[in-house]
Amino acid sequence: MPIDNLRRWASSQHLTVIKAFSVIVRHRLCIRDRNVRRDKDRGDSMAEILPAGAQAPDFTLHVTPDQLLTLSDLKGKPVILAFYPADWSPVCGDQVALYNEILPEFRRQGAELLGLSVDGVWCHSAFARDRRLHFPLLSDFEPKGAVAKAYKAYRDDDGVCERALFVIDRSGVIFWSYCSPIAVNPGADGILDALERMPRVEVSHVDAHGASHAA
Amino acid sequence: MSTLTVPVTPHDHAVGPTTAPVTLLEYGDYECSYCGMAHPVVKQLQQYFGARMRFVFRHFPLSQAHPHAESAAQTAEFAGANGKFWAMHDGLYENQDRLSLPLYFALVDALGLSELKLREALAEGTYAPEVRTDFLSGVRSGVNGTPCFFINGTRHDGSYAFPDLQSAIDLTLRAHASI
Repeated sequence: MPIDNLRRWASSQHLTVIKAFSVIVRHRLCIRDRNVRRDKDRGDSMAEILPAGAQAPDFTLHVTPDQLLTLSDLKGKPVILAFYPADWSPVCGDQVALYNEILPEFRRQGAELLGLSVDGVWCHSAFARDRRLHFPLLSDFEPKGAVAKAYKAYRDDDGVCERALFVIDRSGVIFWSYCSPIAVNPGADGILDALERMPRVEVSHVDAHGASHAA
Repeated sequence: MSTLTVPVTPHDHAVGPTTAPVTLLEYGDYECSYCGMAHPVVKQLQQYFGARMRFVFRHFPLSQAHPHAESAAQTAEFAGANGKFWAMHDGLYENQDRLSLPLYFALVDALGLSELKLREALAEGTYAPEVRTDFLSGVRSGVNGTPCFFINGTRHDGSYAFPDLQSAIDLTLRAHASI
């Protein structure tokens, strides 16, 4: 439990728990500020991810050690792509855990959620099991970051994906995209707003033999 | 910049004057250790700002990650329906390393409420809709982790260490005073 670790560390440093906590937070803030400064120095990569209106590049990636998933197989329903830097961040309400809680709301809009990072399939497998995730994590592992690069959501310096979100419409076109500063969890409100704004498409009728024709 | 989409209403759990110039609103999870760490910070802020600050709490249980978060939130709502929300809120955070039915019953007993009624309420999920409403309002407002603080409706993106929250609230107070 983090609080026990904190108490132990605090007493080893002859600090009260409150003082120890503020030392740790200041340290984390320092790291966060350093990342923000580095992002600014890099020149804003935020504006460069694929924008709304662009065709979403198709891809096929491992979703489990022995299964592949192809984006275009999901055509016909909205797809949310959540690129993120790495599994196993030390925060309980991190982006992936948050989306796991909000999954019913995404599903209510008929949308599929896919998480993508450069982590390998076994890492994803362990992480998904540990966090009880109910949506697929895709492994953009080999060639490294190739899919993220296609979406212009790869950080060359760090070798990880940007914290980038894409909402893809039923025909495979990007409807909305957003790149969050790497240290900031973007939450789910942008995704839900985009899904609600997405125009409803005429449902094609399917006859008894399963052939479909337009309404 | 994320803003609160559902403003504070009389249904919310609030402590402090409704006319206070600053409202600090927290979305929290009783089983989240970071929320546990923020709990004494909120108390310090309440002491420091006094009548200048109103504090509001809404539930944001990460129930996939925290198996007791949902039942703890419903227990707090049960206590709230019986006029004892804040005492239960404090009791849950102070004992968050042993959240469980026996703990809820012990807290309920200590507050002079009915253990049987709590048991029924949890079994029937009587207070689940309230918790869900809080959770969804948080999702739409851009809550991106727990604890998540909003100061006068704007998400606080700094840390929840006392100096950070204190200076953010101070800034808001000064801006408010200069209007």
